Order: sequence, then structure tokens, then C-alpha cells
Amino acid sequence: MFHPANSGIVEVMTLITTPDDDGQLIERLKAGDQAAYAEMVDAHAGRIYHLALRMVGDEAAAEDILQETFLNAFRAIQSFEGRAQLGTWLYRIASNMALMHLRKKQPVTFSLDAPAENTDGDDLPRQFFDFCCLPERDLLTDEARAELFAAVDDLPETLRVVFVLRDLEGLSTQETAEALDLSVPAVKTRLMRARLALRERLSAYFAHSTISAETGGALPGAVSPQPDARL
Amino acid sequence: MPDLHHPDEAHRSPDCRQMLSRLSDYVDGELDEALCRELELHMAGCENCRIVVDTLRMTVDLVHTAPAPDLPEEVRTRLYVSLRLDPYLKRK
Ligand SMILES: [Zn+2]
Repeated sequence: MFHPANSGIVEVMTLITTPDDDGQLIERLKAGDQAAYAEMVDAHAGRIYHLALRMVGDEAAAEDILQETFLNAFRAIQSFEGRAQLGTWLYRIASNMALMHLRKKQPVTFSLDAPAENTDGDDLPRQFFDFCCLPERDLLTDEARAELFAAVDDLPETLRVVFVLRDLEGLSTQETAEALDLSVPAVKTRLMRARLALRERLSAYFAHSTISAETGGALPGAVSPQPDARL
Repeated sequence: MPDLHHPDEAHRSPDCRQMLSRLSDYVDGELDEALCRELELHMAGCENCRIVVDTLRMTVDLVHTAPAPDLPEEVRTRLYVSLRLDPYLKRK
């Protein structure tokens, strides 16, 4: 029975539980609420699909991984303990499936243990355009993001997989090492090489776009030896 | 002391190379304090390394803040069907 006198308590309880968005959703999921399943799918499917696509580089395979991720999540929801965020849990399932796919696809050539350390020094920074002080409207354009993610896709697979798990999915170094069966130092080295490669590409992009756009604002003061070296 | 006007010279400095191996940890806040101070001291005198650190951090930030791209509509439809959630397909 609802009594108006209790409504204050109901409101307080709503306030207490709403900061943890996942909490109520998980209860509804565990109760088998179909609408809750649809909510979970819409909240996470976009990111999971693109994560899978980024890892396996194949749309059909990414779609399979997407479907399998949710099927597995539906089956396992009763055992979800809520220690991790729902999203993190889903991304973990998806990345495991993507890794299984990669290993199945290239059982011989796909070896994450293959040395990715390089000795010829082509990691060394060559672009010194200081794009940090660009205004947000120049930094956060769709085109800049597209350039960034095109650069992710161009990374060698051994680096890309580490980068996706660590920086896109937000796993810790230790978790990434465990997921990929790599040592922590190997994860760190590959992550750094991936990040440096992306930094290089973005620097070239911003140096070129800023100079050609003639924004009228002051250019960042850095020396840019080869502003269009990669364009 | 590297010559700041010749970046190709600058990054050949052994100090700069050593910097490079620690940048990722530094940006993630996972470098121990003594090494942080060493690195910051180097950056104070090496403009190129300072730029590399700042732009590396910005690169990582741009990745972390990128909005989740939309799911292609036909992929979403097939997903709902495969999960037997198609009665909820129009909800979005
Ligand atoms: Zn330096």
C-alpha cells in the first residue's frame, strides 16, 4: 500500500540508489526483465562492436563477437557480482572472444609473444609540434578523432591489441598482461610504442591542419621540423 | 645538452632515450617519485621532451574521452533478433 506519508522515504531511497546506475539495472536483469536486457544492449553494444572491430579488423567477425558477448552475458548474469562495472565486465567478455578469434584465425602467425621490441630506433619522436595548446574546437573535431582511430587501425597487431585493451577498454597493465599472456614489462613496452606512434601521427596531422587552416590564433611555439612529413 | 633547434640531434641524447622508456608510466602516474623528479628535471631543460610528454598525454586523453561510436542500424537489428529482443527494437 502506498501512503503519501511515505513518499519522502521513497524519494530518499531513490536518491541513494541512483548514483549507482548499474545497481538497479542489474537487479532487473537478474529478475529476467526483458526491457532491462534491451537497456543493457543499447548502453554498451556500440562500444563493444567497435572494440571488437578494432581488435579483429573484420565486420562480420566483429558482429559475431558482439552477439556472442551478449548471449554469454545473459547466461552469466546471475553470477555477476557487481564488483566490476557492468560495462567493464562486458568488455572483458568481448575482448576474450576477440582474442580467441585472432588465435583461431592465425594459429601460426598470431603470436603475442613474438618480440615487438625494436632496435632500429624508429620509435624516436620526429614530430615536435605542440598541439596541446590548440583550442578545444580544433582538438576535438570529428576529423581529428578519425585520424586518431585510423592510426590505431594501422598499428601492427601485436601493438594494437595491447593498446585496445589498455587504453580503449581501460584494463590495468596487470589485467592486460593476464588477458594476453604477456609479461607486465612487455605490455608496458608495447603500450608505449603504440602511444608514441599515435602521438607522432596526431602531431603531423595537427601541424598540417593548423598551418593550412590559418586559424588566426597564435601558433604554438614549438619547432616543427617536418610539418607535413606524413601527409 | 641537446641542441633544441635540431630535434634529430636532440633525441639522440642518451638522456632523451632514457626519458622515452619511462614516458608511458609517467603519463599513467605509475612512475616512482625519484624517477619522476629525474624526468621533470630533464624536461625543464629539454623542450622537445617536454612537448613529447605533453602531446603524449593529450593523445591518451583524446583516446579516453572519445565518445562511443554508434552501432550501425542493421547490425543493431540483427543483434536484437539474435538475442530474441526484437519486441524492444523500436525503443531507442
Ligand atoms: Zn630530452
